[in-house]
Amino acid sequence: MADNNTTTAPAPTRRAGLQSPGRRRLFSALGFLVTLGVTFIGLLAITFFIGRIVPIDPVLAVVGDRAPVAVYERVREEMGLDRPLAAQFVSYVGDVVTGNFGTAVSTGKPVIEDLARVFPATLEMATLGILLGVLIGVPLGVIAASRRGSWLDQGIRVVGLLGYSVPAFWLGLVGLAVFYAKLKWVGGPGRVDIFYDGVVTPVTGLILVDSVIAGDWEIFRNAVWHLILPASCLGFFSLAYIARMTRSFMLDQLSQEYVTTARVKGVPERLVIWRHAFRPIRVPLITVIGLSYAGLLEGSVMIETIFSWPGIGNYLTVALLNADMAAVLGSTLVIGAVFIGINKISDVLYRVLDPRAR
Amino acid sequence: MTTLRDWLIDDSPASPMQARLGRFYRIFGALMHNPLAVVGAIIILVLVLTALFAPWIATHDPLRQALGERLLPPSAAHWMGTDELGRDIWSRVVYGARITLAIVTLVAVLAAPAGLVIGVAAGYFGGWVDRILMGITDIFLSLPKLILALAFVAALGPGIENAIIAIAITSWPGYARVARAETMTFKNSEFISAVRLLGASSLRVNLGHVLPLCTSSMIVRVTLDMAGIILTAAGLGFIGLGAQPPLPEWGAMISRGRSFILDQWWVATMPGFAIILVSLGFCFLGDGLRDVLDPKSGEQR
Repeated sequence: MADNNTTTAPAPTRRAGLQSPGRRRLFSALGFLVTLGVTFIGLLAITFFIGRIVPIDPVLAVVGDRAPVAVYERVREEMGLDRPLAAQFVSYVGDVVTGNFGTAVSTGKPVIEDLARVFPATLEMATLGILLGVLIGVPLGVIAASRRGSWLDQGIRVVGLLGYSVPAFWLGLVGLAVFYAKLKWVGGPGRVDIFYDGVVTPVTGLILVDSVIAGDWEIFRNAVWHLILPASCLGFFSLAYIARMTRSFMLDQLSQEYVTTARVKGVPERLVIWRHAFRPIRVPLITVIGLSYAGLLEGSVMIETIFSWPGIGNYLTVALLNADMAAVLGSTLVIGAVFIGINKISDVLYRVLDPRAR
Repeated sequence: MTTLRDWLIDDSPASPMQARLGRFYRIFGALMHNPLAVVGAIIILVLVLTALFAPWIATHDPLRQALGERLLPPSAAHWMGTDELGRDIWSRVVYGARITLAIVTLVAVLAAPAGLVIGVAAGYFGGWVDRILMGITDIFLSLPKLILALAFVAALGPGIENAIIAIAITSWPGYARVARAETMTFKNSEFISAVRLLGASSLRVNLGHVLPLCTSSMIVRVTLDMAGIILTAAGLGFIGLGAQPPLPEWGAMISRGRSFILDQWWVATMPGFAIILVSLGFCFLGDGLRDVLDPKSGEQR
């Protein structure tokens, strides 16, 4: 059983009773919060820095290039650009913390409102994507490891490497051409067919949930119909990564002595794999799944562009093309913060769930 | 031939040169036993040759427009068909190899040494230097690469040079981590102490003795990263922030073919196959190199 595994783990160290376990936990929690805070400040520093290196003079953008020097100077002061960089950074952090991301030129609305509107669409697609990735990727990885070196293993390995080699936008395009245009198995771009657009009142912003709340099953079906292809394209990348990592974790376990012992005892191979070898890898897999979920947010930029999916990725690309820096930096901040957040949560989960890391 | 081979695998080489060549020979031999690595090496060799001899391999001028031959399907005259301006896609894909090769080379040349220097400095000096350098590295590592590259290109302005700079800015932290880990393992070994006792400055110790030891794991890491760099560059090109028209960059070509995907599928799909093939090549070779040069690290990356 999994207990056999703990024999290889180092014995828990107690520092001669000077620190109680509770106190140590408090310190590690504090240390964790400090690194989290530093990482977020780092993210803010990077977006601040990017905002400064934009070759467009923000003052000229407001006053126009014919403005007299006095007006220019006054606007510059009003915008706070005459203050030292450190002071500007502090007020930037203050703005971000209070949710003031500036106004998006392309929509004319505050960036934070835009982001709150588009984020659920991305969340919906990424969540279905990671579900597909886990449900298919984990079994594939286990099968590959249990038949190491077979053709099946080689095939799964190539699928895993394809996840690193196929451009997401190309996969989306080919998917649309084949499954939507040719085979007509799935819905086309957008979240629902155009005549269903705006029928359901947004409550959560997740159209699958909203249509259930409204009791409109026709729209629910239509939304699933539209969601399935972009989510599968996105899910492919997490599938490839998860299968690859599962395979490698499983190979580690299958070479351990306790597996041999179980086999010698006559435990059926299926149980050896799923009950003995698979159990200890569940915890590291959680970290992998977390990383992969965060990675899907990034992948969604390309997939959303292809599928005209009104999520944060699409919002970001539109902003990029219009050089709408407030919207670009706002999206970067939100995606970055969620990315960091998910990574850190899976880190914490690992520590909580793995008795050796406690 | 046998004498050359004996000289190469000699267990007591007479000169550093012989030892080095012998090492290359052994790595090469080990790689040749890994079929996927051989396939990867061949793909990359083909990429380099295609880039070098593009004018001879291409059948048409990649920029010449022939409006009478718009959107022709693949045929004997146009192996991959033509695009919306009547340009031959095969020739554009061939010339695109030059752009892809230039991008990956420049990113590697910019990012790998930067990461190497930062990582070695952090690992060798330790203490505050380490904490500050690795703090910055970790912040960059914890951010999504593509998003960061997009934001940098948005600020710097579209164009292939800025795309390369942006990708390099997002790639160095991984190398810094690897170099630091390697340096930490060598730092306290006896031969480094011996060099230091001989009076070598820390610059000399690092440049002459620590840096060369990091190269093999760096090569593995850079090769494995190449696919990601190619995909990011193609993604930037696809969005319209990377290589600008009329450059035959593969990502930008896919983007132009997007409007024709339903009827003239070849315009968008052909450059995609080129991207997949080259990225797979780097993955295969990187996997093989890692098994040979850095077997400890396993599959976890």
